[in-house]
Amino acid sequence: MFKIVEREEMTGGTVIRNEIEAPLIARKARPGQFVILKANETGERIPLTMADTNPEKGTITIIYMVVGKSTALFRELKVGDAYQDIIGPLGAPTHLEKVGKVVCVGGGTGIAVLHPITRALKEIGNDVTCIVGARSKDILIMEDEMKNASNDLRICTDDGSYGHHGFVTDVLKEVLEKGDVKLVVAIGPVPMMKFVSKMTKEYNVKTMVSLNPIMVDGTGMCGCCRVSVGGETKFACVDGPEFDGHEVDYDELMLRLLAYREDEKRSLEESGLQL
Amino acid sequence: MAKKEKIDRQIMPEQAPYIRAKNFEEVPLGLTQEAAVKEAQRCMQCKKPACVEGCPVGVDIPGFIKLIAEEKFVKSIRKIWEKNALPAVCGRVCPQELQCEGKCIVGKKGDPVAIGNLERFVADKERISGTGELPPKAAPTGKKVAVVGSGPSGLTVAGDLTLKGHQVTVFEAFHKPGGVLVYGIPEFRLPKDIVFSEVAFLEKLGVTVNCNAVVGRTVSVDELFEEGYDAVYIGVGAGLPRFLNVPGENLVGLFSANEYLTRSNLMKAYRFPEYDTPIIRGKNVITLGAGNVAMDSARTALRLGAEKSRIVYRRSRDEVPARGAEVHHAEEEGVEFFFLTSPVEFKGNDQGRVTGMVGLKMELGEPDDSGRRRPVPIEGSEFELECDLAIVAVGAGPNPLLTQATEGLALNRWDYILADEATGKTSKKGVWAGGDIVTGSATVILAMGAGRIAADSIHDYLTWGW
Repeated sequence: MFKIVEREEMTGGTVIRNEIEAPLIARKARPGQFVILKANETGERIPLTMADTNPEKGTITIIYMVVGKSTALFRELKVGDAYQDIIGPLGAPTHLEKVGKVVCVGGGTGIAVLHPITRALKEIGNDVTCIVGARSKDILIMEDEMKNASNDLRICTDDGSYGHHGFVTDVLKEVLEKGDVKLVVAIGPVPMMKFVSKMTKEYNVKTMVSLNPIMVDGTGMCGCCRVSVGGETKFACVDGPEFDGHEVDYDELMLRLLAYREDEKRSLEESGLQL
Repeated sequence: MAKKEKIDRQIMPEQAPYIRAKNFEEVPLGLTQEAAVKEAQRCMQCKKPACVEGCPVGVDIPGFIKLIAEEKFVKSIRKIWEKNALPAVCGRVCPQELQCEGKCIVGKKGDPVAIGNLERFVADKERISGTGELPPKAAPTGKKVAVVGSGPSGLTVAGDLTLKGHQVTVFEAFHKPGGVLVYGIPEFRLPKDIVFSEVAFLEKLGVTVNCNAVVGRTVSVDELFEEGYDAVYIGVGAGLPRFLNVPGENLVGLFSANEYLTRSNLMKAYRFPEYDTPIIRGKNVITLGAGNVAMDSARTALRLGAEKSRIVYRRSRDEVPARGAEVHHAEEEGVEFFFLTSPVEFKGNDQGRVTGMVGLKMELGEPDDSGRRRPVPIEGSEFELECDLAIVAVGAGPNPLLTQATEGLALNRWDYILADEATGKTSKKGVWAGGDIVTGSATVILAMGAGRIAADSIHDYLTWGW
């Protein structure tokens, strides 16, 4: 069992942070790696990239948005409750290198995943500009943390309630125009990663994205998470989750993410849980 | 002495095909005690039993059968346990017709003694109404052994070494122990409660089972030694699904058999939404391949509501690698076979879901390296088969997760672990390997045989040195 030691409702109960006792995973985890969580006996295996780890304390942190039955079930778990199963750390860690000017682009709960990567890129001496986006000010997460993790934080909201009124790609374009950007890291909803990659390709700037396809085992055993990258089939769980953003087939990924849309609806309805 | 009355092989009752094709209950129902005792009386108690030679773990077959005939069931199961820690499993999934029963002298002139069914009977009897008395165990040696993978070979190693007094910990990547017995083999062939109770038996013997432990990620082999383990056994199976590398393979509704069966078996998607994991319930299902895993997939599809479940195989019926009994069960339940057909493409709709397979007709040419006649495409013979679910069951390769994370472990050219056949020793000191990660996909009992050999060698090492 994996006990929750801290819990925070970040945006009115739709985005939740859990700090969880998992000493063996905390000891080994590197930025960019994920875990698979299963709430209880009948639960589903849900992959989530870790937002933070604390090896001394023996804890890992995950941040998730309540989007369906399984995450609604996760939300029921309070401090002192436990996940029945957590497996990890899985996937390849982020390749961290000092390259100069780096832009980290995050959207939604992708910001949580981007945070440890941003921090690590800055720590090894990169000049990191961070662009984060949300639909609206009240659902923007981790503003202070991202400010501390980067050299320059830029905020965008779709409704203009905070920062730049518009998409992250607007601000990204400005930054790219100034030149010198060596690397872009984009983590967020698939359309965001798709359009960021499209733009950086025009500027010929290397771009890394972190994918979150549907998975079962997370150890390369089932192939559920296969994605087309540069025309080749890769398993996101072992070959990724990070890939060259210019090579990913995002349209295929989006269709595969919808594989169980009807089942997911039914599962949530019959559970009696609310989003 | 009066001449022994001839007894016919006792038939094990089964669920009728039209009923069982719609449920996940076990197909064969087991022998009654009366039938088992009668069947046991058919054994000739050969002085040099050929059946034992046919058993990869060397169970004293005439010995346990004689005890059944004498209605000494507890003694009988203990006789089996001397050599086999998983009798309820083996009684169900071993290919007995190729092993013990294939060599049975009674079988020379009629039906062989139903050794598998008897093994199953006595194991089930012990599980359901046994004394729970454990076999004797050697005094603690103070040595620690790590077993990586809780499939058939790992559990065999764990059982053997714990009886020899060593302290054994099993590391399993999934959240439940049993490996392929739990994620791969369906409930209707091997009920999961049976696997869990065999594992629980090993735990009672003193084995520790750590689930959610991915060796190579959560902990490395070298770290296991640093933590004080004296020996490591690697039995992680062949957990890398093979795909066909044809266009359309990433359409929604196309699964590897590993994924399809793991969702249904381990995650219990067949009980969705009571269990949270969903699975695509195809009405018109195609399974590619004709091994036991393909049969399991095609039969699972029927139970999940398929109106049509078809097996597409590029060779002919004679080359089908699945056990005869499995093919027979599948056909009885209504699975159709398309032989000499090779998939060349999958078609999908605008939602990216699979709608059909383009197949190419084949004919058999000259024998290939495997000795089987090579299928050769017939030009211009493409045709389309509709489907809303396709399952690729064309085998599995070695999963590199552990091997790539372990220094000093020599692999062969196909990336399987190189291990000495007589001992299971690898190139890395203190590390043994066996089962599918050494041989490639094989059977439960062959993996157990490899486990037995390695366990003996590990015991020698812990007693005398490398």
